Amino acid sequence: MAATTSAKPTGPTPVKNKKKSVFQTNNWVDIFLTVVRLVAIGIIGLGFTLFVIQQATGEGLSSEALRNLIVAGIAQGAMYGLIALGYSMVYGVLGFINFAHGEVFMSGAIAGWIVSDTLFKNGLWESNFIVSLLIVLTVSVFVSTAATILMERIAYRPLRESPRLIPLITSIGVSFFMQNAVLGLIGPSSKNFPALPEWLSKKRGFLGIELEGTKLLVLFVAFVSMAGLWFFVERTKTGKAMRAVAEDKEIAALMGINVDRIIITTFAVGGAMAGVAGVLWGLLFRGVSFLTGFLPGIKAFTAAVIGGVGNLGGSMAGGLILGVAESVGPLLILEPLGIPGVSQLKDVVAFSVLVLVLLFKPSGLFGERLSAEDRA
Amino acid sequence: MTATAANTSDAMASAPGVRSATDVDWRRSANIGGILGITAVFIGLVGMAVGLDKRMLIDPVLSLGYLFVLAIPLIGGWIAAREITLEGMTAPIKGARDIVAGAVAGLVGGAVVAMFLVMLNAWDLQELLPNWSDALLDMYTFGQGVGVGIVLVLVVGLVLGAIGGAVHVIPAKPRRLLSIAVQWVISFAVLEAVIDDLLGGFGLQAVADVIYARRGGLLIIPGLIIGAIAAFVAHRFEGKGAELKTQYMELEPERKNQVSKQGLIIMVVLGIVLPIFLGKIVNELLSNVGLFILLALGLNVVIGRAGILDIGYVAFFAVGSYMMAFLTSPLAPWRESDGILSAVFGWLPVLNWFVALPIVVLTAAIVGVLIGTPVIRMRGDYLAIVTLGFGEIIRLLFLSDWLAPTFGGAQGIRSIPGVNLGFAEINGTDPRAVFYLVAIFVAIAIYVSSQLETSRLGRAWMAIREDESVAEAMGINTVTTKLFAFVVGAILASFSGAIFAAKVGSVFPNSFELLVSIIILVVVIVGGMGNIPGVMMGAVVLIGVLGGPSQPGLLQEFSEFKLLIYGALLVFMMLKKPEGLIPNAARNRELHQEEALQDAWLKGDKPGTTKDEVDDAGPAPSAADIDGSLGLGGATS
Repeated sequence: MAATTSAKPTGPTPVKNKKKSVFQTNNWVDIFLTVVRLVAIGIIGLGFTLFVIQQATGEGLSSEALRNLIVAGIAQGAMYGLIALGYSMVYGVLGFINFAHGEVFMSGAIAGWIVSDTLFKNGLWESNFIVSLLIVLTVSVFVSTAATILMERIAYRPLRESPRLIPLITSIGVSFFMQNAVLGLIGPSSKNFPALPEWLSKKRGFLGIELEGTKLLVLFVAFVSMAGLWFFVERTKTGKAMRAVAEDKEIAALMGINVDRIIITTFAVGGAMAGVAGVLWGLLFRGVSFLTGFLPGIKAFTAAVIGGVGNLGGSMAGGLILGVAESVGPLLILEPLGIPGVSQLKDVVAFSVLVLVLLFKPSGLFGERLSAEDRA
Repeated sequence: MTATAANTSDAMASAPGVRSATDVDWRRSANIGGILGITAVFIGLVGMAVGLDKRMLIDPVLSLGYLFVLAIPLIGGWIAAREITLEGMTAPIKGARDIVAGAVAGLVGGAVVAMFLVMLNAWDLQELLPNWSDALLDMYTFGQGVGVGIVLVLVVGLVLGAIGGAVHVIPAKPRRLLSIAVQWVISFAVLEAVIDDLLGGFGLQAVADVIYARRGGLLIIPGLIIGAIAAFVAHRFEGKGAELKTQYMELEPERKNQVSKQGLIIMVVLGIVLPIFLGKIVNELLSNVGLFILLALGLNVVIGRAGILDIGYVAFFAVGSYMMAFLTSPLAPWRESDGILSAVFGWLPVLNWFVALPIVVLTAAIVGVLIGTPVIRMRGDYLAIVTLGFGEIIRLLFLSDWLAPTFGGAQGIRSIPGVNLGFAEINGTDPRAVFYLVAIFVAIAIYVSSQLETSRLGRAWMAIREDESVAEAMGINTVTTKLFAFVVGAILASFSGAIFAAKVGSVFPNSFELLVSIIILVVVIVGGMGNIPGVMMGAVVLIGVLGGPSQPGLLQEFSEFKLLIYGALLVFMMLKKPEGLIPNAARNRELHQEEALQDAWLKGDKPGTTKDEVDDAGPAPSAADIDGSLGLGGATS
């Protein structure tokens, strides 16, 4: 063991004269990380080069297929971005990963299914889609906001002063609990949102690209929510208080800000965004189940890290980047390497992005915004 | 625990004031009642009540489902009537007021359930919520129809809540005896399979037939007798346990060692002899528990000792299983495919389990280093997520078509032979043999982890967990030290994986989902992080009673709900007892430092209180506990 040998008394002689082996100085970890980085760059570079060659020789994807993939990636990424906002805001304020945030998203999606299914049976879904969409959105946002507020109140508030990993473990428990509670409530099978009305789901031209209406709707709603959130955080008094709490809880309290209330608001706003994302997920992919929250949750967390935790614009951008990477990545990089069944590896790509980003750029592409104590 | 608290508070009451029965914190009781009602409705809607109703505990009066549902007002009443007394404050005298507080909570809870029953009766939402069923209505109205049922629910809530509150009123001694009696009766009912099996093994099947009903469940009269015996024994031997303990503590160190050794020998002999008398089911259960003890001991090194939250721990279990399957199965896919592997390793014969084991362990250690090295410097929460990512990547790769020629994809690897001893083969068909095999490895794991605990490495882990920067300043190489924890954890998990492969005979990617990691995490946390007996106990209780991810436990009816319970348990433990059931002394101190300081301050003592005094004081609530939450503070010494 390296520690044993390095603990020998070295005496008054300056240490710099002593040559240490690689293993004592931990340089080998750096070397290992460099190797990982090079391998990752090498694989991506090789795959991409091969892809370009294939495109050039005309045996690759058609440009239309590629464009469709990118659009699908953006639509999915917008949802990741919306979920990522919740992670990012909570991490910014409390400095802990709310692992159960994916389940908040899932609860929104499930609530959306219950309401839309009911409306579909009433006929309102067909006759007046806009109204029913608004109803569905309202209920979903309400449910997921309530879920986060309850979560904060019951599970996280008592632990605010405990060691860092304790709330994380708790949130894993909350996530597990919520998943299985929903499994018990609605059963294991995947539930389908009713189909969108014909006039909406048909393809239409938009900025020169043929787009499905559903994706347009998803992008539109995501954009509106994001703009609303931006306005809320940057332009309202509560938003200002929120930023103050994220910067320094104690000083904020001294300034007369009710920290508890701001923290609840933060959770609630994150939950509301996740609720919107839940409905959009249902509209786009239609099938939702108790497991819907897990993977998007993890991926949204990745998106939050890519964009820089605590950075709201960054989270949205991170979502879009991850969505596109995940949708295009397998075909762009893995397929040219001759790996079969690449669509199965979609999640492997997403997790690899997660690992690589956390390893090499944990502060994100656009910079973290954390309070001083959390930056450690 | 409550008994000691009450004792001390009684003793300290200097100016007793009798309060009137209406001196109740009405709002608090009503709030608790509301929570009770919602809990009962929730348990009904997730299907637990009806699902567990199939299992009879006490024939024919009490099923597991009813036990769950009826325990809610009982516990709620108890909570509603509970008051927290700080050290040095006068304890209130318990009386009619507490019964009223409990009854109010129970009644409000009953009212919530009654409202739910009206809705259940009026609307049909079964299409959306599968458990919105007549069976539930039937159960919650005690089979009496809605009208009578609602009255019954209210009455039952009121009465049980009052009883729950009344628990505080009973003097400490009868309360203790009563609780012991109830615990024993419920244990006898829950452990029916084991006891039946054990009695059968010793040729006492007739006794089992007398105690248990034919369709399962304890009979009433034997139940009463068991309770009475338990209470009598508890009464007769009260304080004997503590006496023995002090006797043991006062022994000379050498004698102490001797006694511990004798105890160990008795345990080992029991471990060898007992399974001979046990049947297949219980042995199967024990070997599953053993596999999880191995995993939990491994994770305990990683989380409990070194403080690294690894939630992709299942990856090492998967690597152990797959590597064993890869080397020992004659039908391993890579042998038949014409890839590089079969070209290079085609000469490799189908290995014996024991020959393959060192290779498996080595592979797991290498994977441990490969996963550990990059993550070791990350901050704790990111590390957790990255390990999760690695765990999922490994599972998805095993599942993918890409590596299917090597690992079989979704089909997995089949026909893995058992452990060939030359004269016999250990495989899943003989759970007793598997148990012995597991037990040997568990013994190794216990030995290794207890040796590591006191070694230089173990102390380095502890130092890192307490404060990494300080540990580094003291000359500990934190990177290699943490990496060692990772590797030790990986090796223990690979043992478990190797045995698992031989036991089950085939490995599939979906045996290695994230939930396995989480279940192991729950086992470690419930048992007591960083404490070997605690972790083992956690595995026995949770895996034995509730069951593992795909292994049924004693309460097979739970299989649908065990994950729900695991999740709730994890949250509950983190909130109320983060140090676990059998805590590790150092970790306990760490988590309850504030409380210990506060106690010392309240008592007007210097921090150096002697151990006995602290023990006498019993658990004292922290400031956080005072605002009405459960104060299961735990010992502070």
